Amino acid sequence: MTNVILDGSDMTRAITRIAHEIVERNKGAADVVLLGIPTRGFPIAERIASAIERIEGARPDTGSLDVTLYRDDLRMRPARALEPTSIPAGGVDDRVVILVDDVLFSGRTIRAALDAISDLGRPRAVQLAVMVDRGHRELPIRPDFVGKNLPTSVDEQVRVSVSEVDGTDEVTISGGTR
Amino acid sequence: MRHLLSAADLDAEAAILVLDTAAELAAVTDRSVKKLPTLRGRTVVNLFFEDSTRTRISFEMAAKRLSADVINFAAKGSSVSKGESLKDTALTLEAMGADAVVIRHHASGAPHRLATAGWIAGAVVNAGDGTHEHPTQALLDAFTLRRHLRGGTGGLDGLRVTIVGDVLHSRVARSNVLLLATLGADVTLVAPPTLLPTGVHEWPCRVSYDIDEALPSSDAVMMLRVQAERMHDAYFPSAREYSRAYGLDRDRLGALPDHAIVMHPGPMNRGMEISAEVADSDRAVMVEQVTNGVSVRMAVLYLLLGGSTGEK
Amino acid sequence: MSHEATAPETVVLRGARPYGEDQVDIVVRDGVIAELAPPGTGSAAVVVDADGLVALPGLVDLHTHLREPGREDAETVETGSRAAALGGYTAVFAMANTLPVADTAGVVEQVWRLGQEAGLVDVFPVGAVTVGLGGTQLAELGAMAGSAARVRVFSDDGKCVHDAVLMRRALEYVKAFDGVIAQHAQEPRLTEDAQMNEGVLSGVLGLTGWPAVAEESVIARDVLLAHHVGSRLHVCHVSTAGSVDIIRWAKARGIEVTAEVTPHHLLLTEDLVRSYDPVYKVNPPLRTSADVEALWEGLADGTIDVVATDHAPHALEDKDCEWGAAAFGMLGLQTALSVVVQTMLLTGRLDWRGVADRMSVAPARIGRAHGHGAGVQRGATASIVLVDPEATWVVDPEGLASKSRNSPYRGMELPAQVRHVLRAGRITVRDGELAS
Ligand SMILES: [Zn+2]
Repeated sequence: MTNVILDGSDMTRAITRIAHEIVERNKGAADVVLLGIPTRGFPIAERIASAIERIEGARPDTGSLDVTLYRDDLRMRPARALEPTSIPAGGVDDRVVILVDDVLFSGRTIRAALDAISDLGRPRAVQLAVMVDRGHRELPIRPDFVGKNLPTSVDEQVRVSVSEVDGTDEVTISGGTR
Repeated sequence: MRHLLSAADLDAEAAILVLDTAAELAAVTDRSVKKLPTLRGRTVVNLFFEDSTRTRISFEMAAKRLSADVINFAAKGSSVSKGESLKDTALTLEAMGADAVVIRHHASGAPHRLATAGWIAGAVVNAGDGTHEHPTQALLDAFTLRRHLRGGTGGLDGLRVTIVGDVLHSRVARSNVLLLATLGADVTLVAPPTLLPTGVHEWPCRVSYDIDEALPSSDAVMMLRVQAERMHDAYFPSAREYSRAYGLDRDRLGALPDHAIVMHPGPMNRGMEISAEVADSDRAVMVEQVTNGVSVRMAVLYLLLGGSTGEK
Repeated sequence: MSHEATAPETVVLRGARPYGEDQVDIVVRDGVIAELAPPGTGSAAVVVDADGLVALPGLVDLHTHLREPGREDAETVETGSRAAALGGYTAVFAMANTLPVADTAGVVEQVWRLGQEAGLVDVFPVGAVTVGLGGTQLAELGAMAGSAARVRVFSDDGKCVHDAVLMRRALEYVKAFDGVIAQHAQEPRLTEDAQMNEGVLSGVLGLTGWPAVAEESVIARDVLLAHHVGSRLHVCHVSTAGSVDIIRWAKARGIEVTAEVTPHHLLLTEDLVRSYDPVYKVNPPLRTSADVEALWEGLADGTIDVVATDHAPHALEDKDCEWGAAAFGMLGLQTALSVVVQTMLLTGRLDWRGVADRMSVAPARIGRAHGHGAGVQRGATASIVLVDPEATWVVDPEGLASKSRNSPYRGMELPAQVRHVLRAGRITVRDGELAS
């Protein structure tokens, strides 16, 4: 049983809203660097950047940040191929890094991302934007910008599809015992 | 991937995964990140039955950059003087809880034995066994070739690589022929007939006795170390004759296409297989090979240890 | 011989099939086959149920390493005798490469006596050709021939008598007492540090090659030498197609050469070396399937006279190591008959009479093992092996009688099982177990 939680236009609206919130919160976007966590966090970060550009007239820097090498749960599954990491030329020192991911769940990916960022430099602040927050945090981590808060049971699967990777835009939930 | 014993263990997809992983790791290192937490709590043992400081240091740096605990175990017992047996050493390492054993051994097949005899549970990486293979050297060579001549991505389709020298005794040549062929390169071996193994004509490569015929159509030339002492076993009449017929000097360097690079697995015998001029020229990429060796070995260790271990 | 002192009672082997032919009761009296009676008619105090079992003359192994004296941790004359009896043998020739080397009358007499004490098979010591297998000075061949051990086969096996002059002299010298030189044909310079058959695979595996020519060139030289001096020559463990050709050529010229092949060279090929498991490390090395086919053909047409085990027990530490450090050799006594049945009989290359010839009659003749290889017929010494041709078994080295475990057949299912063995009328093996 698969239910569509957000369709393409819902996602676009969510991204636009997040873009506005980022600009508001940071009083513009001049110092902002959006770092998407591969695979799907990266295209979402690019879309947020485009949305900010429409608001502000200038596009913030974007990059991708693979956190695999910093994960503490590597032994749970076979070794994975690394995804590209690309950091904008200006680096992250004294800038506002906004981590972008598709789904926020246990928080372990974000913990790894914070470690990875601290190896890259010293940002002025780090904020977190996610398309879906499905709860069940195992670490004291909370998002700053959320597309959709989605209460779930642990055994359900939440999937964010983006057209750049999956050919379609939607958020679905499946499985579980509801 | 459970062990890395032979370049033949890697199909094209697996080989490219290692190279891509190495490329990402090289980028991390370039961003001046000296140490990643990836293999924290894992133990890598460098088990060297044969002296090879450069290979051992390369593996040691690779493991340390991934935060693994490294134990260097220089085992006594060479081909001449029998020391502790491979089995007893292996059982000791198993008791120490080694997650991976990087082994250099003078006997061909010793890493296979270590991986399959049931003495240890950890991953085994062949760091050079006898006259058999040296798969991480082939991987770093492929990485270097790809970076220079294929834009740093994909395979090596159609790349023309000429390997010159003592193929018979070279584990580097064996691993390179297998890996480069897997990646789509056209490999040519050049050596006097005495220094080519029986059955080389069934290998996935071309064979020539004439270096001058091979050079003009080479995108890269890899010179193998040739020990002058081989002349005592009548492999060639004299070091001078060898060097004249098969050595890479300035004239021969000029016969290479302009884009071609010169490689050597080290240590070099300057004046024997390669002239000092060529070794120091800007076409030679030996220093880069060393750097790439660390990235490739990081990739191998990450892929072997950076996940749940295989069958368990 | 000593077994005659304990003259056994009359034994009837009921319903046996000599050479797989019609069923008979084999009546054995005073160590001799007294009668081949119609099935069910023989009577005696001891009746052995041999219903449907194939009866062959007791097997004779022309090439065994018993390791005593010197390496009793790997095998002793007694444990080797047990393995031999259980494998269907009633006589074995024990190679001279012991510590000390069997190059004097004293050592060969010791081995002979140990064999008689074990009392399961006749152990005929092979005498070394040269002192200490050193290849430079003839051992006292005459003294060994004249000793209680009555040595007739001389060999430096493990080493090749590579000096042409020394080989010539040895061939000539042993004519005086009807001896034969059994040559381990291996040109030493061509096989320095050799590890496996030289070919495509040795190149890939990075193991030093052992070219066929290293064996064939010595055989070629030796048949010409034997021809020149008019002596008998026996070639140990022929392993290549080229060697078969040379021996076939020599026999056609009337040269008095005989040859043996091992069971492992009939069944196994070099491909097993890919595992780098030293259980497959053997001298001469496992060869290619083309060589194996030539060996089948040579054994079938009589170019190769004998199947000899080259049973070579090794202590665990000499095999449980890397390939280069491991010792050469494989166990063979308890698996030889099954391997020959699998490769030669079931394929129709030999019938049971052919198997009897290659594993009993011919080796007894070459080694001058009197009282062996006499055939399953009235009046012959009652050294008989009874084989269940239908049975199959899975080789478990732990279950073998040898002190060592280096069988290359671990886990393989093989045909034919030895059920009972009589040596000169005395039961040595009954129901597949040593008779107490
Ligand atoms: Zn031999």
